[in-house]
Amino acid sequence: MTNQVVISIKNLSKIYKTDVLETVALDNISFDVKKGEFVAIMGPSGSGKSTLMHIIGALDKPTSGTYLLDGANVASLNDDQLAEIRNQKIGFIFQSYNLLPRTTTVKNVMLPMAYAGIPLEEREKRAIKYLQLVGLSDHLKHTSNQLSGGQQQRVAIARALSMHPSILLADEPTGNIASTQAEEIMTIFKKLNDQGNTIIMITHELDIAQKSKRIIHIKDGKIISDNLNIQKNIIKKSPDVLGNLEGLI
Amino acid sequence: MKLIELFFESLNTLTLNKTRTALAVLGIVIGIGSVIALMSQGLATQKTIQNRIESLGSNLLTVQPGASRSSGGVRGAQGSRTTLTLDDAKAIISSSEITTINKVSPEYSSRTQIITPQGNSNTQIQGVTPNYSDVHKISISDGVFITQKDVDSMARVAVVGPTVIANLFPDGSNPLGQTIKIKNQNFTIIGVTVAKGGSGFGNQDDVVYVPLSTAQKQLFGVNYLSSIALEAKNADKMTAAQDEIGYFLLARHKITDPSSADFSIMSQQDMIDTITSTTATFTSLLAGIAAISLLVGGIGIMNIMLVTVTERTREIGLRKALGAKKKIITTQFLIESVILTFTGGILGIILGIIISFVISKLASSLFVISPVSVFLAFFVSVGIGILFGWYPAKKASNLQPIEALRYE
Repeated sequence: MTNQVVISIKNLSKIYKTDVLETVALDNISFDVKKGEFVAIMGPSGSGKSTLMHIIGALDKPTSGTYLLDGANVASLNDDQLAEIRNQKIGFIFQSYNLLPRTTTVKNVMLPMAYAGIPLEEREKRAIKYLQLVGLSDHLKHTSNQLSGGQQQRVAIARALSMHPSILLADEPTGNIASTQAEEIMTIFKKLNDQGNTIIMITHELDIAQKSKRIIHIKDGKIISDNLNIQKNIIKKSPDVLGNLEGLI
Repeated sequence: MKLIELFFESLNTLTLNKTRTALAVLGIVIGIGSVIALMSQGLATQKTIQNRIESLGSNLLTVQPGASRSSGGVRGAQGSRTTLTLDDAKAIISSSEITTINKVSPEYSSRTQIITPQGNSNTQIQGVTPNYSDVHKISISDGVFITQKDVDSMARVAVVGPTVIANLFPDGSNPLGQTIKIKNQNFTIIGVTVAKGGSGFGNQDDVVYVPLSTAQKQLFGVNYLSSIALEAKNADKMTAAQDEIGYFLLARHKITDPSSADFSIMSQQDMIDTITSTTATFTSLLAGIAAISLLVGGIGIMNIMLVTVTERTREIGLRKALGAKKKIITTQFLIESVILTFTGGILGIILGIIISFVISKLASSLFVISPVSVFLAFFVSVGIGILFGWYPAKKASNLQPIEALRYE
């Protein structure tokens, strides 16, 4: 495992202000994520984990503090620069998949590459490659509404991977999916992490979080625990991963 | 992302959402189509009125004899005097003082019964010279009009209007060469006039034209005229022509006091004034109709565009989250709006023209399309469509992606 820091967050705060009320969503949070980590962020609803996720994903800006992504200070960028960061460095996987409706899986995966200006043939090649990787090579021409929840989430994963992002961000990726399919999704995440992808995942389900290597607990906008996690049950379920994991640690 | 790619992306989005696209296009088609159809109907009516009035002759002066006056001071009907003669007409033609008059048509008209083996009719008999057809803008659909030779030889020939044909030859046989009886004298039909429209007492199609000499001497035994129609050289010089003819005839009739003239001159100037004011009223009515239709069409287009774009706020959020910059989003929606409104616009023009055509066929009225109304309808609707397709997209592209994604 390299020690290259991908995400560096220092004294990050996010305060939502209305005329009468001031809500502190994130209160002076600091942590780093290194390349190749698989981090689960846990916390009850209202703990600020989604806000943190949106800031890491360059979808939202912090009120104060610094956030360095690959050494660049994201907090100081304007909207179009943020769009570029989201496009180039972040692969976002949403709880509700957020695929374009009535659009084929290939075209969905190709969308961020189109915004990046990658030539059409390269786009198509990559889209097919990543759809194969998530096990959807038989569904290239299916439209998003013809797919199950788990299949749609796998399309979203392929889309997130297509731009070779520095980091994969997953916001409750299994939240809307039946448990057997959730299992498949987590296996894919494991596999991707083993290949060296950095993954940050939000979840409120402990058994999902247990499949990561590091669990950060957030409550009331503060980090209350940040621990490495080695659980035997992951290893039981996918024995082929065992060797890799042990090799990494 | 290249513009051409954005174009195909837009086209793709539009074809993927067929119902939404169809509704938006339909809104624009109806907006533009109704404006064009309404404007065309208004124009057709305006043209019809103008044609009717022009068919009467717009630079026409009519000299009529005044009312007869008995010694007891009882006034007879207007035109009952017998002082207007063919010599007056000839004098007007040959006079070198008169410069404003183009053509002179002396006329004698009366009503009488005409008979054919198939039917009979009480019809106006008009004694005319060849100039009559020019001055009154009479066209011949079949055969010829009365010629100078007919007048000189007092020929028993007649040119008849279509209403007369319908009354006298109900079996539809060819009237040319047939004989009709007027006051027990046989007349040969040598021509049929083109229908001018009009009905009732002033029906210009219910007339039998005979040579003036024949009417005066053989049919009615008179030597005076019932009117002299004069065609002025220029519709702008009607008042000058009226004065010129008035003084000329006063001098000829040796009358010094114009108020005791034994004739009157009616000009079409009054008619022209009426036309002008009618046309002006019509033009403003048309403008009003166009404005209201454009407003209604425009609001329809605005609504459908606002709804379709607002509905896609989440999609805009997703596209932004995946790295689309603001300009890309607004350009895509602009292209979509342009495709929608231009497609709808062209279909709307076609629909509007078809509707106008069908109405003109059904109502057997004129088919007139004004290019101005087509351009106006097209560009206003397209403008509104593009504005309200682009503006909400611009607004949505300014939202933080996370807000747009949460939008319900």
